[in-house]
Amino acid sequence: MLARGMGARDEVSDTGGEGTMRPSLPRPRVRLRMINAKVSRGGALFLGGLPFLFVAIAYLFASAQRLAVNPSDKLLPSPPQMWSAFLDLATVPDKRSGDLILWVDTYASLLRLLAGVGVATFAALSLGIAIGFIPRVRAFLLPFVTVVCVIPPLALLPILFIALGLGETAKITLIALGVAPVMVRDIANRVMELPAELVAKAQTLGGNSWTMILRLVLPQIMPRLITCVRLALGPAWLFLIAAEAIASTEGLGYRIFLVRRYLSMDVILPYVAWITLLAVITDWLLVRLSRAISPWAHPLEAR
Amino acid sequence: MSRIVVHGLEKTYGDARVLERVNVTAEAGEFLSLVGASGCGKSTFLRILLGQEQQSSGVVIVGDGPIVPEPTPQRGIVFQRYSVFPHLTAMQNLLLVEDFRSGGPFGRVFGARRRNARQEAEAMLARVGLAHARDLYPASLSGGMQQRLAIAQTLLGRPQILLLDEPFGALDPGIRAEMHDLLTELWTEHGMTVVMVTHDIGEAFKLGTRVLVFDKVRHDPQFPSAYGATITYDLRLDRKTRASSHHLAKVAAMVGTTRPDKTMATTAS
Ligand SMILES: Nc1ncnc2c1ncn2[C@@H]1O[C@H](COP(=O)(O)OP(=O)(O)O)[C@@H](O)[C@H]1O
Ligand SMILES: [Mg+2]
Repeated sequence: MLARGMGARDEVSDTGGEGTMRPSLPRPRVRLRMINAKVSRGGALFLGGLPFLFVAIAYLFASAQRLAVNPSDKLLPSPPQMWSAFLDLATVPDKRSGDLILWVDTYASLLRLLAGVGVATFAALSLGIAIGFIPRVRAFLLPFVTVVCVIPPLALLPILFIALGLGETAKITLIALGVAPVMVRDIANRVMELPAELVAKAQTLGGNSWTMILRLVLPQIMPRLITCVRLALGPAWLFLIAAEAIASTEGLGYRIFLVRRYLSMDVILPYVAWITLLAVITDWLLVRLSRAISPWAHPLEAR
Repeated sequence: MSRIVVHGLEKTYGDARVLERVNVTAEAGEFLSLVGASGCGKSTFLRILLGQEQQSSGVVIVGDGPIVPEPTPQRGIVFQRYSVFPHLTAMQNLLLVEDFRSGGPFGRVFGARRRNARQEAEAMLARVGLAHARDLYPASLSGGMQQRLAIAQTLLGRPQILLLDEPFGALDPGIRAEMHDLLTELWTEHGMTVVMVTHDIGEAFKLGTRVLVFDKVRHDPQFPSAYGATITYDLRLDRKTRASSHHLAKVAAMVGTTRPDKTMATTAS
């Protein structure tokens, strides 16, 4: 009896539906404060597109001008020139090696990025949780991680090449070393910020240190971990391209720095655009992943 | 189920003394209502009983021996906030109890045990009126529903002692009355010892078998945190005292109003 009474009393908060019956009054025209004026979907699309449009027009204009003066100018190639150069790399096998260069480069770079960021993510998860959740591990490792965080990773690059050789290991290590410390610290902080009430409650329900990690800490920090990876991908690309520029035989960064010698802007610019596209897609996939793994952390999308 | 004995308990944070000379014995199955001015140390007292914090000195005995200095399944807790796990649905929140209790290293039970746990959870959800919300995350439950879920979860843990820290403080009066009925029913059913902190004196009198008032008896105008609060009033409730507006007014005066000595101290300085 009690149960039914209470169930009827308060409804689930997402059953709205109020207001649909009301006659629609003419909306009063008020000048809202700038911070309160909402942007419609179309408006957002338009405003968001403007900067892209602006850059594109500026480029086309400058490029057209230079090419009009000197048709063999290499600095600002026209879109058709860039497109044909890009298509060549993507579809015409290289004369010497017989490879499709764009795909070989992309595959090599993405593999390094994945390995480096993967190792860093694993470190962030295991070390971050251990440091954040277990006081003894925190006392043991937090000072060290804090110091490692402030070492500029690129300064380690020569050391890595000397110690690990010029192969894949050094490049992957650079990426992992470059992004892991910050990720570890961020996850550790996030674990320490877990409400003490939740941890106490889990213990009253019979959780031990390990099962609490599995059932409480891990799911709670998952959204943050994915955000961490998204933020780390920027620096990861930086370290990847730096490592490839110095010692490599294929890769997106290697190609850009190789063709730089011939001022081949018609290759460099499409490559930069390609890298940007890859980065945007990765980011989008990570957002989707977060929504799939942690629907509770994205309440608006869950509806 | 379990008695609680507190003797000469004192709690300090640095120089600030929050609790001092707290003595109380609660028999098994009693329902203690704790009231007192805001900031006088009620939650601190509860956290000590929970094992989340330790007393600076004094003895706390729960059941047969000294209190274990960490939270254990012997004592269940419902906080005012953060009382359920936001990453689990209502159903999963309740299943978690069995998962933690007997799920082994995976923290999860499987097979027949899972089916049993699910049945038990299902019954408990219906019991607290949340059957229709079984697959919702706490974020889309109202405050009252979250607290009902928290109480259900805590009770599934079958604690011998139930600790409640202003569990209904954030709820509307109507919902609160329903929660009172629910809590009374469950307490009669399970018979655990209850310690409830509340700022609502009516609630304290309605639910408790005993009302305890926390207050400071000693004051140092130069150093207000030199002395802590202690139990200044301990009223056993029977049918007569429960209905007595005289006692209610007396406790309300103790909790709510500023004492003359405090006013004098401020005017003097
Ligand atoms: N971890 C802490 N560190 C320092 N002071 C604290 C801590 N926890 C509580 N206090 C102090 O103890 C006093 C009592 O707090 P609390 O038990 O939350 O009061 P109540 O629940 O009665 O409102 C407050 O003055 C508060 O500032
Ligand atoms: Mg409190």
